[in-house]
Amino acid sequence: MEFLAYTLQQVVNGLQLGAIYALIALGYTMVYGVLRLINFAHGDIFMFGAFIAYYCIAKWQLPLGLVFVVTMASTAALGVLVEKIAYKPLRAAPNISVLITAVGVSLFLEYFLSLKSIFTPNYIAFPRPFDVEAYDLGPVALTNIQIIVFGVTAVSLLLLYLLVYRTKHGRAMRAVSHNRETASLMGINVDGVISFTFAVGTALAGIGGILYGFAYPQINVFMGIMPGIKSFIAAVLGGIGLVHGAVLGGLVIGVSEVFVSAFLSSTLRDGVIFIILILVLLLRPMGFFGKGRDKV
Amino acid sequence: MRALELTGLTKSFGGVRAVDDLSFHVDEHETVGLIGPNGAGKTTVFNLITGLTRPDAGRVELFGKDVTHMVPFHAVHLGMARTFQNIRLFGGLSVVKNVLVPIIGRDGYGPLAAAFESAASARAEKAALARALEILDFFRLAAKADRPAGSLPYGEQRRLDLARALAARPRLLLIDEPGAGMNPKEIGDLLADISRVREVFGLTILLIEHQMGLVMNLSDRLVVLDFGEKIAEGPPAQVRKDKAVIEAYLGEEFTC
Amino acid sequence: MSFFAGARRFIVCCAIAYVLLKALFLTGLATQYVEQIVLYALVMIIASLGLNVIYGYTGQFSLGHAAFYGIGAYASALLTHVFAIDSVPLFLPVLLVAGLFTAAVGGLIGLPILKLRDDFLAIATLGFGMLVRTLLDNSDRVADLLGGSRGFIGIPRITSLELVFGVMAVLIPVTRNLIFSRYGLFWQCIKDDELASTAFGIDTGRMKSMAFTYGCFLAGVAGGLYAHLYTFLHPSNFDFLKSVDFLIIVIVGGMGSITGTIIAGLLWVGFIEGLRIVLPSGMLELRWVFIPIFLIILMMLRPYGLIHRTESRLLGIGRK
Repeated sequence: MEFLAYTLQQVVNGLQLGAIYALIALGYTMVYGVLRLINFAHGDIFMFGAFIAYYCIAKWQLPLGLVFVVTMASTAALGVLVEKIAYKPLRAAPNISVLITAVGVSLFLEYFLSLKSIFTPNYIAFPRPFDVEAYDLGPVALTNIQIIVFGVTAVSLLLLYLLVYRTKHGRAMRAVSHNRETASLMGINVDGVISFTFAVGTALAGIGGILYGFAYPQINVFMGIMPGIKSFIAAVLGGIGLVHGAVLGGLVIGVSEVFVSAFLSSTLRDGVIFIILILVLLLRPMGFFGKGRDKV
Repeated sequence: MRALELTGLTKSFGGVRAVDDLSFHVDEHETVGLIGPNGAGKTTVFNLITGLTRPDAGRVELFGKDVTHMVPFHAVHLGMARTFQNIRLFGGLSVVKNVLVPIIGRDGYGPLAAAFESAASARAEKAALARALEILDFFRLAAKADRPAGSLPYGEQRRLDLARALAARPRLLLIDEPGAGMNPKEIGDLLADISRVREVFGLTILLIEHQMGLVMNLSDRLVVLDFGEKIAEGPPAQVRKDKAVIEAYLGEEFTC
Repeated sequence: MSFFAGARRFIVCCAIAYVLLKALFLTGLATQYVEQIVLYALVMIIASLGLNVIYGYTGQFSLGHAAFYGIGAYASALLTHVFAIDSVPLFLPVLLVAGLFTAAVGGLIGLPILKLRDDFLAIATLGFGMLVRTLLDNSDRVADLLGGSRGFIGIPRITSLELVFGVMAVLIPVTRNLIFSRYGLFWQCIKDDELASTAFGIDTGRMKSMAFTYGCFLAGVAGGLYAHLYTFLHPSNFDFLKSVDFLIIVIVGGMGSITGTIIAGLLWVGFIEGLRIVLPSGMLELRWVFIPIFLIILMMLRPYGLIHRTESRLLGIGRK
């Protein structure tokens, strides 16, 4: 019975991590959907969100609602800026050139923000504007942080769903995702849609950054690297380009990571995620929800 | 012997039937023209024959051998070569290198011989280069042998595409819209080139082409496709008058 | 006799360069520190050449090249320890074995991942690089000698000017010969248009694997030379930033140019070392702020690098 309780607890912990991965993965998958580009810098924008949130809470003492607004606005702005400066000029260039540029943007963000005059190269303790409380729900304990993570993620997903499937903007995004050329021939402002997609995707990453800070209250300019890769793997697992794929993938990767940590060894954690990637690419490269259309 | 035999070939993409239960054959030394309105599935047929696409059903036989599930790069080894609708030259490589590829692929040498420049590898390279230049000469491209293939004018690129296919020493040649984007003079040259090639190399040809003058002139027989289905087959004179064919082309320029 | 005929001129150039450098070092005109840097640059060139074969010629974007460099380094150091080797003649087979082992790992990893498209291959190789880094960090669990995150110490210093030039005099012409042979032709075709390559008889799967495996071989050999140059290995030497270093050398020097890789390797290491001397210690981290900017601008202006698909005939690399 103890073992079951322990396992269930790990599932809950895994879902907490997974929810954050899902939020980040959504950004990857949406950008890939409209541009067929892996935004290498996405994980670093997530990191930027965590830092902005830190400043909001620790330095400017903003109320929680405003923290979310400011952070989301900042990450969205950064996302759009990166797109305009680094990716847009290379729209016609060979794919690899854009990839290299993306790597460059990622490195730049990490090292620029690590300068003492900007943020800092050190680890910072992320301040939680509330005390941690745990609630006993039978075999598992649920912390208020986890409730916040699940709640915020659920609301975000709902809003995203409404955006993508119930609004004109969302329809435009889906059209561009499907076929950029046709969409532009139909009068859709493709550039605008692409920028908008970046904004939404990075805003979600910003939320992820805040939640990550709450859940694992230590931030650092290099914190986006591993979550970025894992979230990308999650997006591939669920089916790259598919929104529900990113969510499923994120949750699966999160739970897997926590399970490996808890039952095998925490050092094997990252290795297992990589093996998952190889398996997915070998056995079902279109991902769980993919239909074999997108040749990986 | 039949050079090529398609039986019940079918391929769907998503919900669309690109090729629908297609059957026809090409006899050795024949030239068959594959025609039909745009989107009729002609290039898909080529892709199915050469193994670039897997059929959902049906058979492809090349000189009696079942090649339905052939790995694409075996096509050349089995005596079949093709040109592409959008040319697909190795643009960054020189003209002569483009033609060298199918030649040096066959009678080659191993990596160790390559790494240490064995006498055998040097000989093989020399022989291959000589043959490549011969082919370029045949197509009047020898003067531009060292130029990047992408720098050639359009008409010459098409000729190079053809030269490259010939370099593979095929018995069956699949030509995909060689006349696209050409002016009447270029088409005349093309006609002469293909006729000459066919005669000198004893080729069997399956030709996709929209330019009716070209295809009528070259083909012994025509196979007409519409929406992936065969709607007519026979000598050009007969097919021209076929009601179903005329209907399919209604609205399109049926120029002769 | 045609055997290795094309290599003769390059070997002569190597000999000349060697004599000049040796004179500089023996007379003390250049310090031991400079000698170390020069050797490091040559080692980097060999490894980067491997990436050039994989990416510059065949078009396979690998972000994990440092992992293979590291595998070669650790494997060679393990071998020299186990067999108590500390002389050059006995080291040569070790180098070869380390290179072949690395190549084998590369070939194995390549089986699933080389089928992938650009961006996905990038992530897969990136992931592999991280995996190897993790394994190296935990290597002391397998054998305490390997040192894990403490590092692998006590490696004999076998790498010398003679050894490095000797290795280069063989491997660079071999690479050049492969490039100019039908294999290099196929590699370049694959980079240009993989589909068309298939249609004209190229077994693209096998050719891509060959390029990748050979590139890993070069990385492994370079790793072996590196290990026995600095006599100390730490997993952080083989991280993503090192992979980026190789990538920069290949891109800046020019994809598809051996000469370019040589020049860029020398320039790059020289530049980084120069920065170390010129900049006060706090500012050194700034280089990773400017390098990405440089990279981005380079992509916009000259995506194929400085020297594209040309070789120097003077140095004996280009073809007559």
